[in-house]
Parts: sequence; C-alpha cells; structure tokens
Amino acid sequence: MIELEIDGKKVEAEPGNMIIQVADAMGVYIPRFCYHKKLSIAANCRMCLVEVEKIGKPVPACATPISQGMRVFTKSEKALAAQRAVMEFLLINHPLDCPICDQGGECELQDLALGYGDDLSRYTEGKRAVDDENLGSLIATDMTRCIHCTRCVRFGTEVAGMRELGTVWRGEHMEIKTFVGKSLTSEVSGNIIDLCPVGALTSKPYRYTARAWELQQRYTIAPHDCLGSHLNVHVRRNEVMRVVPRESEAINETWLSDRDRFSYTGLKSEDRLNQPMIKQSGHWQSVSWEVALEYMLEALKKVIAVQGPEQAAGIISPSATLEESYLFQRLLRGLGCPNIDHRLRQIDFADQDSMPLYPGLKVKIADLEQQRAVLIIGANVRQEQPLLALRLRKANLKGAQIFCINPIDYQVNFNLNQKLICHPTLLPEMLAGIIKAILVKQAIEAPTTIAEQLKSIQVTEQQQAIAEALSVNQPSTILLGAIAQQHPQAATLRSLASLLAELTGASVNLLTEGANTAGAWLAGAVPHRGAVGLTQDKLGQTIAELFAEPRKAYVLFNVEPAQDCANPKQVTKALQQADLVVALTPYNTPYLQQHADVLLPIAHHAETSGTYVNAEGEWQSFAAVVSAPEQVKPGWKVLRVLGNLADLADFNYTASTEIRDELQGMLANHSLKVAKQVQPRINLAYTKHPLTRITEWPMYRVDGLVRRALPLQQAASHDSVGIRINSKMIEQLQLAAGGLATVEQAGESVTLPVILDERIPQGCALIAGGFAETEVLAESFGAITIHV
Amino acid sequence: MAETELYKLTETMCGEIDQWIAKFPPERKQSALLASLHIVQKETGWLSTAQLNAVADYLGLAYVTVYEVATFYSMYDLQPVGRHKVHLCNNISCMLNGSEKLSEHVKAKLGVEFGATTTDGKFTLKHAECLAACAGAPAAQIDGVHYENLTPEKIDKILDNLD
Repeated sequence: MIELEIDGKKVEAEPGNMIIQVADAMGVYIPRFCYHKKLSIAANCRMCLVEVEKIGKPVPACATPISQGMRVFTKSEKALAAQRAVMEFLLINHPLDCPICDQGGECELQDLALGYGDDLSRYTEGKRAVDDENLGSLIATDMTRCIHCTRCVRFGTEVAGMRELGTVWRGEHMEIKTFVGKSLTSEVSGNIIDLCPVGALTSKPYRYTARAWELQQRYTIAPHDCLGSHLNVHVRRNEVMRVVPRESEAINETWLSDRDRFSYTGLKSEDRLNQPMIKQSGHWQSVSWEVALEYMLEALKKVIAVQGPEQAAGIISPSATLEESYLFQRLLRGLGCPNIDHRLRQIDFADQDSMPLYPGLKVKIADLEQQRAVLIIGANVRQEQPLLALRLRKANLKGAQIFCINPIDYQVNFNLNQKLICHPTLLPEMLAGIIKAILVKQAIEAPTTIAEQLKSIQVTEQQQAIAEALSVNQPSTILLGAIAQQHPQAATLRSLASLLAELTGASVNLLTEGANTAGAWLAGAVPHRGAVGLTQDKLGQTIAELFAEPRKAYVLFNVEPAQDCANPKQVTKALQQADLVVALTPYNTPYLQQHADVLLPIAHHAETSGTYVNAEGEWQSFAAVVSAPEQVKPGWKVLRVLGNLADLADFNYTASTEIRDELQGMLANHSLKVAKQVQPRINLAYTKHPLTRITEWPMYRVDGLVRRALPLQQAASHDSVGIRINSKMIEQLQLAAGGLATVEQAGESVTLPVILDERIPQGCALIAGGFAETEVLAESFGAITIHV
Repeated sequence: MAETELYKLTETMCGEIDQWIAKFPPERKQSALLASLHIVQKETGWLSTAQLNAVADYLGLAYVTVYEVATFYSMYDLQPVGRHKVHLCNNISCMLNGSEKLSEHVKAKLGVEFGATTTDGKFTLKHAECLAACAGAPAAQIDGVHYENLTPEKIDKILDNLD
C-alpha cells in the first residue's frame, strides 16, 4: 500500500492505481470526459488536469500513477486554471445548441462548462461543422458536438470486440465515424449512448421526446434473457420513455444489450389487448372481467370434468414471473390438471427426472471471466445473452481458450481456439469424440452405456486438443445454449456434457431461454414436479406430448403459440381442434382471434411486480414501473382471482411479495433429492434427413415484446427471414440466391427468399422461428424439401 | 462489405505485402499496414474504399482501422488523382522563403486550387506539411522526388518536363 494525500486528506491505495481512481474511491470529484473506469486510459481530453507537488506542470489524473508521499491538489489555483483552459479549448468548436440538444440537462460538458467555463467566449472565429452519418435505427448522431473523447471508439474495440467507429482524418479535421456510413451492427451498440459525455451520440427512439428533468427513474429487471440485467426505467406521466442500465458488477456491469435497452419501444404496440373478450358462436365480444373469468372457469372445469383432467393443458412463457408461474401451476393443479409446461422450444425431455432443482449456471456470471477453458455447445452466445459474450471475451483476453461445437459458424467477439462446425444431427457425436479422446488418453474404460457407441467414433486432432485444454486448464466450463437445448437429442447432449465435465473437472452450465426459466422450475411450472421440486402424485405430460396428442382445453399464459413454440404447425392444429383455448395475453392478434375462445388482457413485465430468478439462481424482485391500462391486470392478480373463484384454498395474496415469500419459505424447508442417474442416458443414433431444417430464434424475435419493438426490427433488417443456405446447396437444389423458393415441411409450404449464407453446413437450411412467415412450418430440426 | 464492389489484391501485391508482414511478429500484422497501402496505391495512384477493405481483409484488421490510417497520412490519396502529384510545402521555412508566391504561381499555371486535379488529368496539386528540407526552402515533392530552392521559373521547367 502507498500513502498519499489528495486535497489535504491522507489516503492509502494499491500501487498502480491512477490518481483519478483513488480520488473517485474517496469521493473527491475530478472533472473528466475521456476517462471511464471500464475502458482503457486515453488521456486525450485533458479535463482531469490536477496539480501534484514537485511536478512543474499540471498532470492528467487519469494517467498519472500514484506514488508514495504524493500530494495532489485537485482544486488548487493551478489545477483550476488548467481545467478552465482545457474547457475553453473544448468549447471552441462545440456548438451552443444546448436548448435543442437531447443531452441538455444530463450533459457532462454542460455541467462542467457551468463549473469551469467562462460566461463569455473569447473565440470569435468560425466554428467547424461535421457531417452526420446514419448509424442505424438506434443511435442518433450530431457529430458537430463531438469532443473526441474516443470513449465510443474504445468501447467498440475493447468491450464489444467490434471495431465499427474510428477516428478518421487528423488534427482539427478529426472525426469519429464509420467512414463508409454503415449502420452499427453490434448487439451492444446502445452503450455508446451512455458513454458519450456530450450530445453527439444519443438514443434515436428517445430523441426529442422528453427532458431529463421530467423523468422519474424506476428500477426493474430485464425481461429477455437469463442474466436478468438491472435496468433503470425512465418514466414520464406513466409512460416508459427510455431504459438505461443500472450498474451491477455481478451481472451487467455498466452495460446493457440493445435488446434490453430498446425493447420498451414495443410496449405501445397497436395490437394491445385492452379488454377481456370472449368468442361466442364465432363472434368476439368485449366483456367485463367477472363475466370473462366465470365463463373461462366454467368452460375449463367442464372440460376437466367431462373429458378428464389429462385433456387440459397449461402453457406458460419462460419469461413469466416467478409469482405468475407459481400461481399458474397451483391453479391448474388445483383444478386437477397436472399438464403444465414452460419449455416452449424444447423437444427432448428424456432426462427431465434427473434435472437439478432448476437448470442454469453453476458458475457465477462474473466468474466466467476467470475461466481458463470454455466449451460452447449449440449456442449463439452473442445473440442469446449478449452480455455473457462480453464476459467470455474478457476471459479470452486474459488468456482463456474458447472452443465451440455448433451447427452454424456463428460470428463471435472473441477468438475461438477450435471450432467444430457440423450438421446438427452430428452434435452429439462431435461431443462424444471429445469424451473418447479423454478416455483413450487417460486409459479409462468407457461407461457401459456408451462404450459400444463410442467404438465407431474417430477422434480428430481438434477433439483431442479440446479434451486436453478442458482437463489441463482449470477452471473450465461447458456452456449449452439454445440450439443444444432445443435439439432433438438435447438429453443426450446434456448427459454427454455431464460426463465430459466429470472427466475433466469442468462445470456444466445451461444457458436457459427467457428471463425466468429457473423461476419456472422453482415455481413448479413443469409437468413432473411441483413447486420447489416437490414430487407429485399426478404426473403431467410434457409440452411436446401436449401438442402431439391434441387436448380439449389449452390455457396459454403470455405465449404467442405459432411464433414461440417448437412446432408451430402441430400447435396450430392442436388449438384448432380444442374445445376451449384461453389466452392470458397482452396482445390481441389475428392468430389468437382465430384460435382462442377467451382473451384476458394481462400486464407487461413493466406494468407488474414480480420476481425473476436468473440463470445463476439470483432472485431479483421488482415493482411495476408504470401502471397498466385500466382494464389490463397483472397476471398474478388474474390468477389469484381465478383461484378464489375456483374456491381453491390459500389463494388470498394481497401482494406479489407474499407469493415470493411463500415460495422462499417452502424452499428453505425442503431440499430436492434428484436420484443421480447411474448411467447417463445417451443415444447417439439419429435419423438423417436428405435436407434438414435448422431453426433458431433470432435475437429480436425471442418474445412478443421485442417482436413489436420497431427500432430493433429495423436494426435487424439485414437479418430478415428467409431460407439461409450455402452456395453448394444452392447449386445442388438449383436455387438462385436472392430469388424465391418454396419450403415444404410436413405437408405445409411457404415461399421465402433464398439468402446465401456460407455459415450453414451442407445438407441444411436455416429457417428461423419467431416470424409470422414461418408459422406454418413444423419441427425445429425436421426434414424439409426446397424447390423453386 | 456490400456497399462497395469487391477488389482483389494482385499476386504481385500480395507477394510484396508478405515481405513486409515477415518483418514483424506474426501477431503484429498491423505493422505492415503503411507499407501495404503504399504497395496497393502504386496501381492507380489512389486508394478506393474497396482497396482499403481488401488490405484490411488481407491483414486481418477491422475496416475502420485501415480507414483511420489511410485518412491520417497525407501521402495516401483517397480520391482519383492526376498522373503527377505535386506537393508544395507551406510550412514556416518555406513560407518565409516565398512559398506563398510559388503557390500562387503554380495554381495559376495549372488552373486548379489545392486539393484538385487538372481537367486533363495530368496534375494533382496538394499542400505538404514540412518536408524536412528547410535548408533548401522553398521545397516541393513531385511524384515522390524532392526539389529545393524553388522559384517560379525552376518549377515551370520541372513541370513542363513531365509528360
């Protein structure tokens, strides 16, 4: 430790710290523009000049390391004179347009100009103006205001791992730009809005809609991925105006993905459902809540009584809150129906009895940075959990080796030491090859279940290298992403990953769907277990079975069936033949109009209180940030009233926190004992189709809210729906890139543009889910045919 | 890059660039960037965005990194140029020794402003910052060759002798 003195106060700090870091830690504010604690030190704005005893000239506090006995003066005459001089230079070319600048009122330059600027400018010459580039639908530019702090450039280079903005030209002609005028494509680009200390980079959707001093800041949790990033929502007169990150070192640091930042723009969609509705003899009518709930409950009870409880099914979104999931399953189980599921996009549930209390991360999000070797299986991390990819990038920069096994050669923002890109049906075999490499190397006998299956597998050098790296470099981690979990052999993949983990000492981590998969498991929104994993007398059937063998009644909670589920064709068919389809939903869509019988308007995540349990098991509760429209009710309240109407015991909650506390109490008094499988369930056999569909849900198609966020849809316009296929396959099938072709799957067909995409393996076409255009298609990894 | 047409570096260019890459540690390919840009610029005298992208791809750099470097240095031209590049120094020693008069003369003779190319595509006139020839001011660099102690007459002769 070094002892120094800042503004007369003695302080101790670790050597290697800069003056500004020590000053920040002790609460002494030094003005700055270019310094940011999460970025490299540039020392190019010079605003943080301070006086240090025995050093003649003022020194930049951000780039001057502390030393023993140093005496720093941040507010001495000399320091202030230097800071004022820098401010005068910064203001030379800065326009005086604060009244029409979106940053006005929350501008670091404005604030510091008030403190350090003169009230009159000595500069009478012409100011320079800079042309603006269009950076896309998310970020507005007024580059004349730029003071060249280069925070945005450093963010792209260092944090996002995508260098899109640069400093071009030089000296007084220097400009920050992409140079070719392209839209930013980084999935975390919105962070440069927060980083920009002036009004050069501002939020395009928020632009000119509010002033900082009109806004109230409220806290909530991000609803789109399993990290649960912390959000500050800025609200004016009960309207969400914008979303910014709330610092949380353990989860999102100071960042936010564009999806979490801009999805609020989908809140005011035109197809919002504002009134309960019921369909009687083919006609929709708006009714009161009392009528709708009575009607729904009677109809549901009738199906259960007449057709039997196995003829009813409840499907809930993995982004529903813990409270909603808990009450949903309590209601249905209370009515005698155990068919409850939230695993919308999964197909293979063979290992569900050996799943832990909830699937998720064994490693803390922040500790991912400390990993020395990481194996990614079936995941497009940058799209699925953008901020998790930033952690992997950090680990990579610290020397971690990263490997992947994927059906598509996804672009990542870190270096991959090895990538195994294969046909999706070969994913298990690829993984098994790594296991075999270890077994051979360590001369261990293979477990009997797979010994026979391993015999025919040839181990490649790449697989050997991965096996070696995972065993030698500790700690090591295996990540299973969306594609692995939506895979037809997901159970095999999970079992193989567990086996590999046992052999190498790595941890197995599941990157789960939605914001609350962990919470859904804890709440008992699975057919085979109750809340906190309690065993059930009556076991329900999985979502795959519930749609494959159509039921008479479906209760859907915040699900858009044809865009959210694994097999839209099958889902639609099941809903068509059902006697009763009840949808608790924020939206009134033509699809629901056609297939549902009761529509109950429920609140968005921003309008309800609740809890999300993130993938690392953190329970994060939040309150509503705005109130829902008059006739729209928070989901948990609707479920509570339904419970009361159905005369179910103990359904008298007055606040969502009571529900959470009840669950927490149950959890404290109970521990799940999962019988460890003696033998892992592994089956490498597969059926190979002549042409296989690969399905992924693109970043901005994962749930109803993002699908309605227009600026995000525009930002992803380059990632539009189509038949993505490689050039060899295009030739083989006699298609034309850019032309149209017809995909046929399970008797349905749809015509889509053909998009040349060399990342797709031979024998496959990537046709995304989550689009209206692909609603008619069937299984995620099923057989298809394509013709012109 | 979809907006710009693709440009393929010639084999000769790649050969020359490879020689520069070999001079630096393998993870420091960026060090060969300045030389690479000169090599590619030899072809047409200027660098198009497509050429810059091709160099970026060849060296494994982000496109904007190459744009930054190409825009920073005045010896790279990013617009089409004439057959001959005339750089007149306008820094202090040259200014004190008559570069302003020389500039006016050349501008009148060629009929173009600084930064422009003559309509016949023969000359591109540009300012140069200090050419490190203060002892022989005023100085100019024409097609990469230094000329010192210039007068209007001297520069006329030089320019007239170019085809």
